[in-house]
Amino acid sequence: MYDFAYHKPTTVADAVKILSADSDARPISGGQTLLPALKHRLNKPTSVVDLSGIAELRGIKRDGNKVVIGAMTRHADVASSAEVKAAIPALAQLASTIGDNQVRNRGTIGGSVSNNDPAADYPSAVLALNATIVTSKRRIAADDFFQGMFTTALDAGELLVAVEFPIPEKAGYAKMKNPASRYVMAGAFVAKTGGQVRVAINGAAPCVFRQAEMEAALTASWSPAAVAGVVQPADDMNSDIHGSAEYRAHLVTVMAKRAVAAAG
Amino acid sequence: MNAPVVFEGIGASPKRKEDLRFLSGRGNYTDDINRPDQTYAVMLRSPHAHAAIRGIDTAAAAAMPGVVAIYTGAEMVVGSLPCGWLIHNKDGSPMNEPGHPPLAQGKVRHVGDIVAVVIAETRPQARDAAEAIAVDYEVLGAATSMAAALAPGAPLLHEGAPGNVCYDWHIGDLAVNQAAFAQAKHVVHFELVNNRLIPNAMEPRAAIGDYDRTTDQHTLYTTSQNPHVIRLLMGAFVLQIPEHKLRVVAPDVGGGFGSKIFHYAEEAIVTWAAARINRPIKWTADRTESFMSDAHGRDHVTKAKLALAADGKFLGLHVSTTANMGAYLSTFATSVPTYLSATLLAGVYTTPTIYAEVKAVFTNTVPVDAYRGAGRPEATFLLERLVDIAAKQTGIDKLELRRRNFIPADAFPYQTPVALQYDSGDYQSTLAQALKTADWDGFEARRKAAAAQGKLRGIGISTYIEACGIAPSAVAGALGARAGLYEVGAIRVHPTGSVSVLTGTHSHGQGHETTLAQLVTDRFGIPLSQVDIVHGDTDRVPFGMGTYGSRSLAVGGSAMVKAMDKIVLKARRIAAHLMEASVDDVEFDRGTFRVAGTDKTKAWGEIALTAYVPHNYPIEEIEPGLDETAFYDPKNFTYPGGCHICEVEIDPDTGAIEVINFTAVDDVGRVINPMIVEGQVQGGIAQGIGQALLETCSYDADGQLLSGSFMDYTMPRADDVGTLSVATHETLCTHNPLGVKGCGEVGAIGSPPAVINAVVDALRDYGVTHVEMPATPAKLWHIINSGRQLAAE
Ligand SMILES: Cc1cc2nc3c(=O)[nH]c(=O)nc-3n(C[C@H](O)[C@H](O)[C@H](O)COP(=O)(O)OP(=O)(O)OC[C@H]3O[C@@H](n4cnc5c(N)ncnc54)[C@H](O)[C@@H]3O)c2cc1C
Repeated sequence: MYDFAYHKPTTVADAVKILSADSDARPISGGQTLLPALKHRLNKPTSVVDLSGIAELRGIKRDGNKVVIGAMTRHADVASSAEVKAAIPALAQLASTIGDNQVRNRGTIGGSVSNNDPAADYPSAVLALNATIVTSKRRIAADDFFQGMFTTALDAGELLVAVEFPIPEKAGYAKMKNPASRYVMAGAFVAKTGGQVRVAINGAAPCVFRQAEMEAALTASWSPAAVAGVVQPADDMNSDIHGSAEYRAHLVTVMAKRAVAAAG
Repeated sequence: MNAPVVFEGIGASPKRKEDLRFLSGRGNYTDDINRPDQTYAVMLRSPHAHAAIRGIDTAAAAAMPGVVAIYTGAEMVVGSLPCGWLIHNKDGSPMNEPGHPPLAQGKVRHVGDIVAVVIAETRPQARDAAEAIAVDYEVLGAATSMAAALAPGAPLLHEGAPGNVCYDWHIGDLAVNQAAFAQAKHVVHFELVNNRLIPNAMEPRAAIGDYDRTTDQHTLYTTSQNPHVIRLLMGAFVLQIPEHKLRVVAPDVGGGFGSKIFHYAEEAIVTWAAARINRPIKWTADRTESFMSDAHGRDHVTKAKLALAADGKFLGLHVSTTANMGAYLSTFATSVPTYLSATLLAGVYTTPTIYAEVKAVFTNTVPVDAYRGAGRPEATFLLERLVDIAAKQTGIDKLELRRRNFIPADAFPYQTPVALQYDSGDYQSTLAQALKTADWDGFEARRKAAAAQGKLRGIGISTYIEACGIAPSAVAGALGARAGLYEVGAIRVHPTGSVSVLTGTHSHGQGHETTLAQLVTDRFGIPLSQVDIVHGDTDRVPFGMGTYGSRSLAVGGSAMVKAMDKIVLKARRIAAHLMEASVDDVEFDRGTFRVAGTDKTKAWGEIALTAYVPHNYPIEEIEPGLDETAFYDPKNFTYPGGCHICEVEIDPDTGAIEVINFTAVDDVGRVINPMIVEGQVQGGIAQGIGQALLETCSYDADGQLLSGSFMDYTMPRADDVGTLSVATHETLCTHNPLGVKGCGEVGAIGSPPAVINAVVDALRDYGVTHVEMPATPAKLWHIINSGRQLAAE
C-alpha cells in the first residue's frame, strides 16, 4: 500500500467536498475491492474517504412501491432484511450468495454498484429491476448507469447515495459461479415489473446488459420454456481460462431459464 | 490419587498436542519472529519470462528513505543452488546441470526470477525502493511449454543444456519389452497430461537471516520441512559456511506439501546479506510471490501403451514421458519423474516387463519439484486410467481386469521389473472393503435415479500402491541421490522421568508432536503430557533429513524406537542393580521394571532419578544419565496401497460436477493415531480432488502466469470435496520395527484417477475415453455439447 490521507466525514456533503477538491481522492465503503487493489499497489489515491461514518447512507426502507437501499448497506443486511425478503425475495437471495460471510459483512451495495465489476451480482438486479441510482447530485436510470467494464455514469467526486428498486410482480436470479473466484461466470436476473419484462445478464460479457430477445420471449409467455430457445450469440462474451465465449453464451440461456423458474 | 488412566499409546486418538497453539493463534511461525534491529528485504523479481539484463540502475532507489542496502547478482557472487539428485542419460552420461544463482547473473529465465534484493528499515520502504530500481531488460523469446522448448529453433534457456534438455533417461529392458508387445492380443494406447499444480501452503514462505559478528555465527529462520538439509545445501554449496557456524531453525511451519523441502534463493540471500550489513533481515513472501516462486508440481506429458494377453493379463507396459523442470533445477526436481515415478509403474499388478523413458525439459516457468506424492500420483494416474481404458477396449469388466492382474497376497516379497521390491500388501482385501463401503453393486440404481433427475452419474475406482520413506541410503546413492536417507532420533529421559524427543523429522501440520509422543507413551508407559517432541532446530536436534515422502513415522519413528531400545536396555541394567537381580531377569513393560516371576518392581521414575542421582549405582559399568541417540537407515521403502472409489454427478446443462461420495480404504501399515491418519487421508484426497477437478497452473505463450492468484487458481473448498469415507486395512511393513508404512500422501496419490474414472464413466454415452485434468465445468460442458452434436449428426 502507498501512503494516503484518511478522512472519515459524517455527511455526504462533506465527503463530496473532499472528493471534489482532489481528483485523486477515492471513496471507500466496504473496502472489499478497493483494499486488495491498494495492497497490491494497483491504486495510488492521495486520500481515502471512508463513508462508514455517514449515517444517511445506511439502511433499507420501504417507500410506497419501492424499496430504497442506502449505499453503505452491507450485503448481509440486504440478505437478511425482512422488507427486502417480503418485497423482492430474489434480491435478498442474490445478496445472500455474494462471496462469503466475511465479504457479505463488509461489502456494500454502493461499492458493488459503483464498481460495476462485470462479474458482480448486484448490477444484474439493478438493471433488471429498472432501479434508479440516487447520487449526491442527481437520479440516474439503471439503463444509463452501467456504461462498460468497471465504468459507470458517476462523475468524479459524485457519490452513490442509494438505490431505489421498484417492487416487481415476479423476479428471479440464477448464476453459475466461476470455480476459482466464485464471482459470476454467467448470471441472469429476470423481472416483471408493472407488466414490463426485463432480463439482465451479468458475468458473461464485459458489462451487464439487457437481453432483448429473452425479454420479448418472456413478454409473450412467462415460462422457462420461452427463453430456452433463445440463443445468446457468443461474439461479445468473455473468454478466459475458466470458460470460452461459447460456454458463457450457452450458460446465459441456461441461467435465464433457471431464473424464470425461480421467479415462479 | 491417580487420575483415571486413559490409554494414549499406539492405536489411541488423543487430541493433537499442537492444536491448542495453532487454533488459538499462538503458533510461532517464521514471520512471528523478530530479531533486535531487524531490517526487511523485498525481492525485485523479473516481470519477463526470458530476458537478458543489460544493466541495473539502483542509484535512485539507494537514496530513498530507510534503504539500508541493495544487492544484485554483481555483488552476490556465490555458489549455485544445488540439485540433490544426479540423473544419467540413456548413454550413461550425466544430466545437464546448469547453475542456479540466487540473484540473476545477466539473465532472467522465468517471471519471478530474482534480480535484486532491497533491504530497508521497513517493508514498505523496501517496496518503494524496489519500484525505483531501473532494470534494462532485453526481452528474449520465451519457451513456456515443453512443446515450445523442444521445438527446433526454440529459445535456449541455458548454454549448458542444448535443446533445453536436462536429461533423457530410461529404465527397463527395451528388447524384452518389445518382445512382450509382439505377443500381445490387445495393445492399448494412451496419451495424457498430468497437470501442473501450484502448492499454495497456507503459510507463505519466509526467511530471517541473522548474523553475530562476535562469534561469526549465522542463523537462518526459515519455513522449511528439513532444516538440516538446508544447512547442508546452503552451507556447503552456496555460501561456504561450515555447520558449526550455521544454525537453521524451522519453527512452526504452516503447511509444506513438498514445496518447503527445497533450498530457495531467498534463504541464501538473507543469510548472505545479513552478514554484509551486520543486521538481521526478514523476508516474507506475499501470496503473489508465492505463486511465482514456490516450486510447482507435476507437469508431465506421457504416452503409454499396455500389452495384454487374450485373458486380460498384462504382458508389458511402455511409457514415454516428458517432464517439465521449469527454468532451473530445484533441489529434488530430477528425481521426481524418474526414481519416484517410473519405479511405481508396476502399480499393484504383475506386469512382467516395463520400459519407461523420461525426457526432462527446461522451460521459462517456475521450477517444478516434488509436490504431495511426488511422482507417484503421476504414475498412479497413468496406470489407473490405462487399466480402465484397457477394460473398455477388451470388454473385460474393470474390477475383474484389476483382480486378474493383482499381485496375490501370498506373493510378497514381490520384485517388480522397475527396481522396487514390495514387502507386503493385500489388494484384494482393500478392494473388497472399498466396494462394500461404496455400495458399488447399488450404483446402477443410483445412476438411473440420477438420470431421472437429468444428471449424469459416474463411478470410478483406483487400486494403487505408492512408495514412502525413500531408502536405503546406499541404493539411493547408487541411483544418484546426493544425500543420505536415514533419520535421527534422540530420547532424552529427564531425572523425573519426563521425556524430550529430538527428531530430525519436521512437523508442519502432520501432528508429529502427538503421533511421535504416542510411541514414547506406549513404550515407556508415561502419560502423553510427559513427552515433548523437539524438532526444527539444527542447534537442538543432532541431525536429520526432515519430512517428505511420508517418511517421518516409518523412518523417524523407527529411529526413535532404536533409541528407546537403548534407553530400555540401560534402564534395565540400572533396575537390575537396584533390585539385585541379573539384567536378563529384568523385564520392562510400560513403566514397570520387574524381576521376572517375582513381585519385585521398580517404577520408571525411580530408574530415571537413579540415572541422574547415581548414589546407589553401578558406576563402574554404566555411565550416569539416560539419554540415547540412534540413526536409522531403512532397508527398503514402505509400500502403502489401497483402493479409492469416487462417485460424481454432472449437470449436463452447465457441466457443473459434484463429488457425491468418496470412499478410501488404505493400507498404511500399523495405525498409531487413527484420528490423525483420517485427517491426513482426508487432506490428501482434497488435494487429489483439487488436481482432478479444479486446479491447474496456466501460463500464456509469453510466460506470464495466468493463474497467479486465488481469483484464477482454484483451490479446493470444503464444498468441492463431498462426503469422504476413510478407512484403513492394515498389513504390516515387514522391515521396520513399527510395521508402519505412511499416510501423508496416499490421499493425493490414489484419488485423482478414481475421480477421472468416475467422470469418464458419467460421460459413457458421449464417446469419451479420457478427460484431462482438471475436469472443469467448462471442459465437461464442451465434451457433452460436442457429444450431443455427434449424436445429432
Ligand atoms: C473474496 C471476495 C469475494 C467476492 N465475491 C463476490 C461475488 O461473488 N459477487 C459480487 O458481486 N461481489 C463479490 N465480491 C465483491 C464485494 O462483494 C463488494 O461488493 C465489492 O468489493 C464492492 O463493495 P465494497 O463495499 O467493498 O466497495 P469498496 O471496495 O469500498 O469500493 C469499490 C469501488 O467503489 C467505489 N465506491 C465505493 N462506495 C462508493 C459510493 N458510495 N459512491 C461512489 N463510489 C463508491 C470505491 O472508490 C471503489 O472504487 C467479492 C469480494 C471479495 C474480497
